[in-house]
Amino acid sequence: MKYINEYRDAKAARQFANAIAQITTKPWTLMEVCGGQTHAIVKYGVDELLPEDITLLHGPGCPVCVTPVELIDKAVEISSRPDVVFISFGDMMRVPGTNGDLLSAKAAGGDVRMVYSPLDAVKIAQENPNRQVVFFAVGFETTAPANAMAVFQAKQRGIHNFSILVSHVLVPPAIETILSAPGNRVQGILAAGHVCAVVGYTEYEPLAQKYHVPFVVTGFEPIDILQGVYMTIRQLEQGRAEVENQYARCVRREGNLPAQKLVNDIFTIVPRKWRGIGEIAHSGLGLREAYTEFDAEKRFGLTDYSVEESSDCMSGLVLQGMKKPFECPAFGTLCTPEHPLGATMVSNEGACAAYYRYRRPDAPEKAALSKKAEVRL
Amino acid sequence: MNTIRLNDDLISGQDSEQGINFNVSCPIPISDYPNILLAHGSGGKLMHSLLDKMMLPAFSNPLLEAQHDGAVFPVGNARLAFTTDSYVVHPLFFPGGDIGTLAVNGTVNDLAMCGARPLFLSAGFILEEGLPMETLWQIIQSMQRTAHEAGVQIVTGDTKVVDKGKGDGIFINTAGVGVIEHNLTIAPASVRSGDVILINGDIGRHGMAIMAAREGLAFESEIISDCAPLAASVLALLDAQIDVHCLRDLTRGGLASALVEIATSARLGIHIVEHDIQVTEDVRGACEILGLDPMYVANEGRFIAFVPADQAAHAQSILGDDASVIGTVQSNASTFVTMESVIGTNRIVDMLSGEQLPRIC
Repeated sequence: MKYINEYRDAKAARQFANAIAQITTKPWTLMEVCGGQTHAIVKYGVDELLPEDITLLHGPGCPVCVTPVELIDKAVEISSRPDVVFISFGDMMRVPGTNGDLLSAKAAGGDVRMVYSPLDAVKIAQENPNRQVVFFAVGFETTAPANAMAVFQAKQRGIHNFSILVSHVLVPPAIETILSAPGNRVQGILAAGHVCAVVGYTEYEPLAQKYHVPFVVTGFEPIDILQGVYMTIRQLEQGRAEVENQYARCVRREGNLPAQKLVNDIFTIVPRKWRGIGEIAHSGLGLREAYTEFDAEKRFGLTDYSVEESSDCMSGLVLQGMKKPFECPAFGTLCTPEHPLGATMVSNEGACAAYYRYRRPDAPEKAALSKKAEVRL
Repeated sequence: MNTIRLNDDLISGQDSEQGINFNVSCPIPISDYPNILLAHGSGGKLMHSLLDKMMLPAFSNPLLEAQHDGAVFPVGNARLAFTTDSYVVHPLFFPGGDIGTLAVNGTVNDLAMCGARPLFLSAGFILEEGLPMETLWQIIQSMQRTAHEAGVQIVTGDTKVVDKGKGDGIFINTAGVGVIEHNLTIAPASVRSGDVILINGDIGRHGMAIMAAREGLAFESEIISDCAPLAASVLALLDAQIDVHCLRDLTRGGLASALVEIATSARLGIHIVEHDIQVTEDVRGACEILGLDPMYVANEGRFIAFVPADQAAHAQSILGDDASVIGTVQSNASTFVTMESVIGTNRIVDMLSGEQLPRIC
């Protein structure tokens, strides 16, 4: 398949692995930001091909993982109301809140539906004028344009029974939180290609300068990631800290301007709580004043929820690249995808779930986690 | 797709019941739901945990505990295979088949996986008030046609009608009886280290055909379900004196779940090679768009066969050009399924908890 086979080619992978080994003279620690990249790295064993000296840490870029428990609780609460059709992307359905998940709410009689596009939710609202239709607007900059378009269309068409439960988060403030933390070990960043396809990468340029950390906008296939690692290591070895674009087949420096304009028209930047990390200033999107009628939290009066997160789960440290999943004593024993203690285990793209699914300490030989990651951390 | 088969694949998942005393942030463990979820019928760990905790202990007997696609038992001098399956697919008609073809082929295939020659089926219909008569007639005709093709007769049945809104048009249950005409024990317990694993074609077509039809997803070309009877292929292997150790059709949960079930049950490791597993361009494309792994997508005309290494080439030639060798049974004590990825690294292949859910981005 075009644009897939070329980027999953064993020969090319070996060539990049050799090239990386040739230019690496000292230990380096990189972070891939996006959960999709983490998933690809663990699924394809990309890190197994890297020299011992290179460590990949897994970043906070999994929207399912970082959506706060309060929002899940609100979603479950809204979806339990008899006059509501609650609509979500598939992978939010199984994330547990305090009192169960959306699949449980559905089993208990709630009208919970799964869609592939928020515009389908607008259509459902149009077809069910006597019911409140609520869409769970979750995600990073990648899903924001389509969610903004849903609100825009609802307003244009005068669809008043549509609203969104917003939990949008933004990548650059989270990266800055990680880079500015005392004890930060991240020396280079593989930025998420699809986020940059929307917003471009100019926002990373001042971060690269300020923290002297190279950024490489990177795609999601194994060869993309290997090339992204190569470009980052090359910068580090040369003492450079610039923003480079590995994912040029999808990403332009300025990004997708019409999408940005739409997002900016509908949403405004707000502080946002991240599950496992806490509140980060300027790190989320909320509806602008002109669109507050579409805010499900206001419509259903659900503004003052607060949930204390467990101190036993180290998913927050995993999300910030401070711990690897295997370092958690509960990993694979008390905490499994069937009994998740934290969001990084329940979401498919969470680092803990990816490790559990593709590697285990007791698996035969190479399918086990490589020794280097355990020793180095 | 979300059928529950009581005698099918009754294998414990790797669910560990650990008595959690953590102050957990996720207080409802996924396997301890107070109500049935769709995921309990998806062929993953949740379903296995349900069967393991409720059905197996309640109905406990040696035939059930053999953990195979059907029960195999002697009657006089003959050995019979007996199986049942319920069909609740939506939409009722999809490219490559309908609920009627599934209801016949699914049960015929479960008998075939026991190494049996399928003979007779029962058919139980649960019809929803208001179902168009024309729809029912089309389904019955397609069952008749499929049964004829598979060489079985539908010899007994039942029809019930439920109130409007209490069914999804039509649910069908079929049970089947077949006769075993050889002395082999075809079951996970017969799998040996060194066995070669064959598959009879590409994977993922049925699940993606259903999903495309259900969700109105349009791709460049239509994905056609692989729904097909498998008895002829299996009987051809047996007629050629292939020493078949185990067979498994790849329905819910796909290839990955079937391999994990057999590895767990046989207490042997399995190693497969991703490059040797065929997936059509259409199915791969659809899976890529939705963030699904074809290894877990349902099939209705695919099976894996475990055979001795020295008979693998012969077996492959009998199964035809679409068949391929995808892996081997390992000698190590570990019961993991491992896979060499397309870029040459190794990883685990695990069973999913429930259904695969399309991802956000």
